This record gives sequence, structure tokens and C-alpha cells, in this order.
Amino acid sequence: MTTLTKKMTFLACWGLFVAIGLMSMSRTPAPTAVPERLSAYGFFAGNLADQKPAEGVVPYRLNTPLFSDYAEKLRFVRLPAGQGARYNATEVMDFPVGTTIIKTFYFPTDFRAAANGRRLMETRLLVREAAGWKGLEYVWNDDQTDAMLAVAGDRKTVTYVDAEGRKHEQEYVMPNLNQCKSCHNRNEAMTPIGPSARQLNGLLDYGQGVENQLAAWQKRGLLTDLPDLASVPKAPVWNDPATGSLNDRARIWLDINCAHCHRPEGPAGTSGLNLSVHEKSPAAWGVQKTPVAAGRGSGNRRYDIVPGHPEQSILLYRLESTDPGVMMPEVARKVTHREGVALIRTWIQSLD
Amino acid sequence: MYLVALLATGLLIAAPAAAQNDVQKKIQTDLILAEDGSTVDLPAGTIQLAGSLSLQDKKNVTIRGAGVGKTVLSFRGQTEGAEGLRVTNGVNITIENMTLQDSKGDLIKTMNVDGITFRNLLVEWTGEPKTTNGSYGLYPVQCQHVQILSCTAVGASDAGIYVGQSKQIVVKNCTAYHNVAGIEIENSIGADVSENHAYNNTGGILVFDLPDLVQKKGGQVRVFNNLIENNNLDNFAPKGNIVARVAAGTGVLILATNDVEIFNNQLINNKSLGTGIISYFITEEPIRDSLYNPYPTNIAIHDNTFSRVPGYPTRKGRMGQMFRFKLRFGKNVPDIIWDGITDEKAPASQRTVCLKNNKNATFANIDAGRNFKTISRDATPYMCDLPPVAEVRK
Repeated sequence: MTTLTKKMTFLACWGLFVAIGLMSMSRTPAPTAVPERLSAYGFFAGNLADQKPAEGVVPYRLNTPLFSDYAEKLRFVRLPAGQGARYNATEVMDFPVGTTIIKTFYFPTDFRAAANGRRLMETRLLVREAAGWKGLEYVWNDDQTDAMLAVAGDRKTVTYVDAEGRKHEQEYVMPNLNQCKSCHNRNEAMTPIGPSARQLNGLLDYGQGVENQLAAWQKRGLLTDLPDLASVPKAPVWNDPATGSLNDRARIWLDINCAHCHRPEGPAGTSGLNLSVHEKSPAAWGVQKTPVAAGRGSGNRRYDIVPGHPEQSILLYRLESTDPGVMMPEVARKVTHREGVALIRTWIQSLD
Repeated sequence: MYLVALLATGLLIAAPAAAQNDVQKKIQTDLILAEDGSTVDLPAGTIQLAGSLSLQDKKNVTIRGAGVGKTVLSFRGQTEGAEGLRVTNGVNITIENMTLQDSKGDLIKTMNVDGITFRNLLVEWTGEPKTTNGSYGLYPVQCQHVQILSCTAVGASDAGIYVGQSKQIVVKNCTAYHNVAGIEIENSIGADVSENHAYNNTGGILVFDLPDLVQKKGGQVRVFNNLIENNNLDNFAPKGNIVARVAAGTGVLILATNDVEIFNNQLINNKSLGTGIISYFITEEPIRDSLYNPYPTNIAIHDNTFSRVPGYPTRKGRMGQMFRFKLRFGKNVPDIIWDGITDEKAPASQRTVCLKNNKNATFANIDAGRNFKTISRDATPYMCDLPPVAEVRK
């Protein structure tokens, strides 16, 4: 072969490569753009602000939810047609690719009178893609006609009357896209927090009477591998003593509010403090545990939990604070969860 | 002139929360949308920020200011997030050429980053050092290939430069003052701390290994060619934190770490512990971590120059009590102090401390394990050699 033909062959091969490359590129579907508006997804039927789920969108609730500055939440999940989530006894259900978890945050005008209306603040989406979960943030407009994608988040002032009739005006902060992973993070992979078996194991009115959520999901084909309900763990309702002991209610409150970070695989794993409901060692969930990088978050107290002494426990100090350099959780909270703090105070008081 | 002044006042009043929120959103959006391999340039000027900035899941991204004192990110009055800047889950991230000030918590925290470079930064809490300052100036944790180069850290109520639970670390040409700890390497493996100037802190350079953490058994740390002087600042750390126990007047303190080489440093006028080698028992805290080794081992201290004006050590805290009631050194405080606590189960060949060629160095084994019964100032039994600690692979 002459040099020229060698070159020609090479060029031909190279050309073929490029052609194949281009062809395969054109066959790969272009990444679908993220919708700018929440309405584009079709999650809701009728007036968007009414949050009436469309066909295939299922509402759910948690036994003990995360505190979000007294915002109320509407939760929905949409699974791909014909597919169900796989049951997991300890962690969040294994949702199939194509699942979207939808959560709308709102403030009632008056917590004592639902009829007085409400203001929708934001709708957060967790979308299960082949590569993993992705978080998106939509902020509701003041006209309450739609919510717009907000990459950098937003902040607004809200006013409401609480359950005791007190008026509140507070800053409400909506996360930027990076902040999703401040909480939804397990070994640096985005992950849902709420819909675990124990949290879903409770009743919900689907419009045709009250059903256990897990049984209802199974019946509708949304859940597979569900064992006998009697063997499924059940999280107590943190503020309902009829549902669990003081210890169990305190531990589930800490689990849902703290353990997404405070677990070995979470962003606060570096602290050595594990507040997961599964942690058995008192030293690991804080008893006589010295802080690692608390800084002034220690409040001059020596241990995370001093049994019998909430006033000496760093844990309580940080839950009570609203100083960004002290408070826990360190994001997504502007006010103190008074009732939650009272629960943890009583619980630490009861420990010996 | 009058008009200009009026306009200026008007501008100051008219630059309130809304504009500030817009700047915050703009920078945060740039950080979220940054392509791998790109540089996010921050403009010159003082930028007031009400919340943390964050960068995550990126590769080969540089965040670059116009220079120290030129680009100033001020977090004074911060209302959201504890850190100034937070970087998580990245590969080869560089932060350079700017000042960060006055965050509520840490100024820059980076976590789970392989290849993190801090270059030419000033991180500071302005004003006098105080307990309400944030904890760490630069805070890489669970990172690998950490480079902290030509940075200055001021005013941290814990450590100015703090590297925790990380691997392969270089801290070079940095300056730290008015912090509780100037530079601290904690539960980390492989660190070269050199050519730094640590002065007017409570403690100059700390090498710690603590229990109950994810990354354990820290060691292979070299501290060399540093100037460590006048670290006599009263401890202002909030109680409960381990550094709150560091004695004012500490030059270098090694706590329960293995394979540490301290050499060619100048240790000048650190009034209490020029260089201290202690076990975790000195903290008087219980140990419940069965995998934790509370004893320091293989600590080589050689070719350093010590100099100290005779004077009393600190009288404050537990360490102050120890000096006053147990050690009673008066003004003649030894330069190198070892608590003398060793692991009885360790092989006889196991060395805790080896000393050699230190200029002007005096020594004491304070026998803390037996209530300071036999304090010995004889260094001869500890004149020995240890194999050098390996250089950090870049």
C-alpha cells in the first residue's frame, strides 16, 4: 500500500467513525428541557391552586413529618403506568424510574379556619431518572395561578394566624437547587426522605373511605412485596401519645427532622452523631457525647445529651436557637418548632 | 459636592434587601449552572450576602475573585445557612483570590471533594477575637488531595485552618493569627504543614486524633519549616469544643496521633507548651469507641529551634490548674512536654517520643498517668531516631 492509499483508508475510516458518531448522537434523544411552569406537568386537575390530583397522582401523608417553619404540606406521588414501588422495611420505598414525588408547601390564613383560605408557597419535585433522583423547585406566584422554576430559590414574607390565634409574620425561605441535597443526600446521591414503610403505615381518606396507605397502594398496584401489615413497622405520630411512648415519639421526631443528615451516610456523618431511629447505641445518638465541630453551637455545654438535663444538652440548645451559626437543622428553618422542642425537652428530662 | 453626597446617601438607602437578594441569586445561579471545567469569576467589590453560597457535584471548576481585599464576600448579618461558601461532592475544585468575612458558622466548608485547592484567600472574622465568631475559616472535611496555599485565617473561635477526616494534605505558606487554633489537622492521614506563620493564636499548630469519628487512626503528619510564635492568646472557644481545652501559650500540640514528625520549626515565646505530646486521657473524657487509639506513638521532634523568655505559663482552665498545682515549673517551663502516658499492652520497642538536635530545648515527662508523681526533665532516654514520615504525594 502506498502512503497515499494508507492516508485515504485512514481518512475514510475516520469519516465513517464521525458519521457513526453523529448518527448515534442524533438518535440519542436530546435531554428534555425542564418545564418552566408547574402546570406543564399535568399533575393536577382543574384549578392548579386547588391541588386536586389528576388521574394517576396519589396523595399520601406521613405519620410524623419534617417541621418546615409551620408550613403545611400536600404530598403526592406519581408512578409510571403499570409499575409499583418495591417495599423496604427500614428505608424509603424503592421507587421505579419515572416516579415523581410532589410536595406543595402552604400557609393557611388562619390555622383555626381552613375555610379562610391559604397561600401556596412552593412545590418541590423529586424526579426519579435512570441516573438517580433529581430535585426541582417551583415557587408559586402571588396570584396563585402557577408556580415557576426557581433555580436560585426565593424568599418571601408570610403572615398567618396560628392554632392559638396568635398572629405571625415571618420570612419564608425556599431552597435553591443545590440545597435540595443539603438534606436529600445519602453518600452524595440524592434520595427521598419521607415515604418509608413506617411513615406511610397509617390511615388516609381517599374519598371512598379511610384506608391504610400501604394496603391502598398495594391494591392499586403502586406497591409490591408488601408483607403482612401486622409485621410492618409503624412510626408513631410525634404529638399523639396514643400512638407511641415518649421515647418512641421523640426518636421518630429526631429521625425525620435530623437523621437525613445525622447518619453515617449523611452530610452530618462527620459529626459522629447518628439520630436515626435505627441507631441503638445511646453514645451514638448523643448521650454524654462530646461535639466535634459544633463551634459556638455548643452553647458552652459539654455533651449533646445529658440525661435528665435538657438545659445542659447541646441538642436542645441548637433546636431552640434561630441563629444560623447555632441552630439545627442548619437550613430550611427560620423559627423554632416550639412543640417539637417541648417534646425533646420532656424526653431528655425523662432519660437516666 | 452637596448633590454627590446626597446621591451617595440615596444609593446607600436604595441598595437594600431586594438588590442584595438579586446578587445572591445571580452568584448562586452561576454556581449551580457552572459547566465542568469552567471558572466562575466573582467581580471586585464588597458583596453582602444574607445566606450561604454553594457549589456541588462539579468537576474542574474554579471560583475566582479579583484578589484578596478586592473581591470581598461579606456574610455580616447572615440570616440563612451556617457557612459562607459550601462545596460538596466535587473533583478538582479551586477557590482563589478573594476575601471572605464574618459568616455565622464556618467561612468555607468543603466535603467529599477529591482535589480541593484553596489559594490566596483571606478568611476572617473582623474585629477583636470573640466567642461569637464562627468556628473554622477553611474547613475541608472528608476530602482528598487538599492544598491550602498562601491563605490567611483570622479570628476563628475554633481553628483558622482546619483539616478534618481527610487524606493527602498540604498546608503551605499560610498565616494564621487571632484564632483559638491557628492550624489544625484532625483525624487525617498524610499531611505536610510547612512554611506557615502561626502567631498570636491560643495554639499555633494542632495535630489531633479524636474518637467516635468516621475516619479514624490519623497520622503521617509532617510539621516543618514553620514559624510558630507568641501563641499566648486567651482561649475564647465556646466550651464543649475540644479546642476550648487548649492552653493559652501552646506552640504545637499533638493529641493521640501516630507518626508525626515535627522538624526545622522555630518555636518562639509560646508560654505554656512549646510542644506538647498528650494522650486522649488528658481530656478527662470517657472513651467508648473501641476502635480508637488514645495514645500518641512515633512522634519525632528534631532540628527545631526553641526560644522562650522566662515567665509563667497560663493559669487558666484545667491546663492552668495542672501547671499551678501539679507541675509547679514556676517561670522555668520546659519547651517540650509529654504526658508520659503509654499503652501498657504496646510492644517494648514502641516509641512515643524521639527527640534530636533541637536547639535550646528543655523537656519534661510529667507522668500524668500516675498523678504527676515522678516528673522527669531528663531528655536523654528519648534521644532516638524514627524513620522519616513520607512526603505527601501530590
